[in-house]
Amino acid sequence: MLDLRGVETFYGHIQALRGVDLHVGEGEIVALIGANGAGKSTLLMTVCGKPAPRAGSIRFQGKELAGRSTHEIMRTGIAHAPEGRRIFPRLTVLENLQLGALTAAPEHFATDVERVFTLFPVLRQRSGQRGGTLSGGEQQMLAIGRALMSRPRLLLLDEPSLGLAPMIVQHIFRVIRDINETAGVSVLLVEQNAYHALRLARRGYVLVNGRITLSGEGAALLDNPEIRAAYLEGGARSDKAGTGA
Amino acid sequence: MARPLSAPAGTLRREVSDALVFALIATALALPFIGIYTVPATAGLRLATRLPDLVAIAGLAFVGRLGLGLARGPWAAGAAVLGLAVAAIGWVGLLPSREVAVFAIAAGLVVLIRGAMRAARGSAEPGAGRRTGADALADGAARLLPYLGPVLFVVALVLPFLPFVDRRLLDLAILVLTYVMLGWGLNIVVGLAGLLDLGYVAFYAVGAYSFALLALHFDWGFWACLPLAGLFAALFGILLGFPVLRLRGDYLAIVTLGFGEMIRIVLVNWTSLTNGPNGISGIPRPSFFGLEFTREPQPGTQSFHQFFGLEFSTLHRVIFLYYLILVLALVTNFFTLRIRRLPLGRAWEALREDEIACRAIGINPTNTKLAAFAIGAMFGGFAGTFFAARQTFVSPESFTFIESAIILAIVVLGGMGSQLGVVLAALLLIGIPEWFRELQDYRMIAFGAAMVAVMIWRPRGLLAVREPTIRLGRRRRGAPS
Ligand SMILES: Nc1ncnc2c1ncn2[C@@H]1O[C@H](COP(=O)(O)OP(=O)(O)OP(=O)(O)O)[C@@H](O)[C@H]1O
Ligand SMILES: [Mg+2]
Repeated sequence: MLDLRGVETFYGHIQALRGVDLHVGEGEIVALIGANGAGKSTLLMTVCGKPAPRAGSIRFQGKELAGRSTHEIMRTGIAHAPEGRRIFPRLTVLENLQLGALTAAPEHFATDVERVFTLFPVLRQRSGQRGGTLSGGEQQMLAIGRALMSRPRLLLLDEPSLGLAPMIVQHIFRVIRDINETAGVSVLLVEQNAYHALRLARRGYVLVNGRITLSGEGAALLDNPEIRAAYLEGGARSDKAGTGA
Repeated sequence: MARPLSAPAGTLRREVSDALVFALIATALALPFIGIYTVPATAGLRLATRLPDLVAIAGLAFVGRLGLGLARGPWAAGAAVLGLAVAAIGWVGLLPSREVAVFAIAAGLVVLIRGAMRAARGSAEPGAGRRTGADALADGAARLLPYLGPVLFVVALVLPFLPFVDRRLLDLAILVLTYVMLGWGLNIVVGLAGLLDLGYVAFYAVGAYSFALLALHFDWGFWACLPLAGLFAALFGILLGFPVLRLRGDYLAIVTLGFGEMIRIVLVNWTSLTNGPNGISGIPRPSFFGLEFTREPQPGTQSFHQFFGLEFSTLHRVIFLYYLILVLALVTNFFTLRIRRLPLGRAWEALREDEIACRAIGINPTNTKLAAFAIGAMFGGFAGTFFAARQTFVSPESFTFIESAIILAIVVLGGMGSQLGVVLAALLLIGIPEWFRELQDYRMIAFGAAMVAVMIWRPRGLLAVREPTIRLGRRRRGAPS
């Protein structure tokens, strides 16, 4: 479904991605883990066309994305819940969702909003509240909800668990699984919370300094001693695990 | 160092020493500005001093600061009396100069109002929290707010026929409505799309000159030129839009400011086309469906008063112009209210909030921005056409930077994005200063004081509430509001 081959991305002279190969299959959840500054966010943003890759190819459902502009790419069935949530702060929750549906057919709007409210009931209560006044967890739910409103085939999630309480993290991860299983949406999940991410994902990639150094089944990666040492702090199985880098 | 006024009230001693420090700083600042001045002498300039003024200013700073300090504490009533006394001293002319007297009156009144408000509240609900009188006022206003729009609308509809309305008031109303329309037009760019435009007057000028030139060279009338002028202005909007696509905030403001000046300077210097600073005169007045507003119509045509069997009156034309600008302004308003609910308007608001998130949801920022510039400019062009038709004369003098600043002030003061706020701000900024023109320079002081007052009590603008464009469940009743 999504295929990256030899993708190289630069910020000016600084190279952030050094020939990345990555694959997300139809209906798959794929986790991408790595230390701060490894280039995870850059990879998701490169898929979305900004920054544009300087080399390599990005194919989505057989079509080349590299070189196309962001707003075009976002209309091909990819949705991005970017790092830092990027809610529209002065607009209400419902307006945020409505904006997410800008590229979708208007007749789906009512059912899609209902679906988001079923996944995140708290958003229904807050539907008239301004996005900027939501709590961090609520904003993350809204960011995912807004991404879903465009009816994507592939969902790019950038650190959805960042700064959230363990309960909320579990809720969000359950919802991601739910979206994947019931709607068949493929997910590329960037996470610092490696333990949760690798348990949820079928496959995982490890990004180090702009290069993929390891990849494989989620469970296998979880048991990999290198990963345990680097990302799981000795393999603690609590919710606090995986915050180290 | 002086404490911020928001700190809780201290003891009487502290307030006095605080005011002393304040007065000292004020004196130091006033010394070069007020204390010393130059007079021409036989050989060059001579320095002279204005000691009484300086002393008066220092005293005023002390008393004013003390009054404001006291007005927050248990001595609020005393502060009110103090304020009254200062204003009275200024009024009876005990102070060395007129300027100082005016400041004394203004400062005294501010202290009086603050002290009285606090004292009144203190006796009504002792130990009240940090609610100010302005909050209470705002609460009351909020309850009346839903009716304000319709009431203003009805008043605007019947205004020319109200008994006390004369030619002067009607002219003023036309002026205010022109600014309301400009404010609404700029609100699309600034309030909705969040693009700070300091050169909006350029589009006003393009509209006015388009009509003037088309009328001059091709003898076209107002109604034929109105859409064309709007189109030209929109093209200029796109012309401005392209180079500034990547700019935001301060940088955008600077470039738009330059653009506004460029248009004006071109109008001044391209004498062969625009007749330079002398302007273009003899612009035709708009007709009422082909009926002219003249006493003696051209042979073979009828004029307005003949057609309707009325006694000729120049007032007819003024009333017509009034309704014309009212309709143009209302069209602008209706357009904005409508487009906010359509994808383009929603994209504008999203763009104002976060450009990166905008891209992430599939909005094309380039087209969205250009559309905002073009449509905002188009309404500016319409207003310019009206302006030219009303004055029958245009010159570059009417399109200086100060016009852009006033229009922007109307939008900001009204509360960015608020349609009703624009109306109130236009009344405040245009209507009141014009009406009190005989007060001459003092009206500018009052104007400045009003601006400061608004910024203190309503820092986000007069009406900063943003109406959501969609609510849950269109049942209305079930939805919590
Ligand atoms: N706009 C930019 N300009 C220059 N350098 C950038 C820019 N954005 C990111 N970088 C650099 O690119 C590298 C990768 O950044 P990226 O945000 O992709 O990391 P990340 O893996 O998402 O890290 P984190 O886990 O902290 O979010 C970093 O070294 C960063 O400093
Ligand atoms: Mg990141």
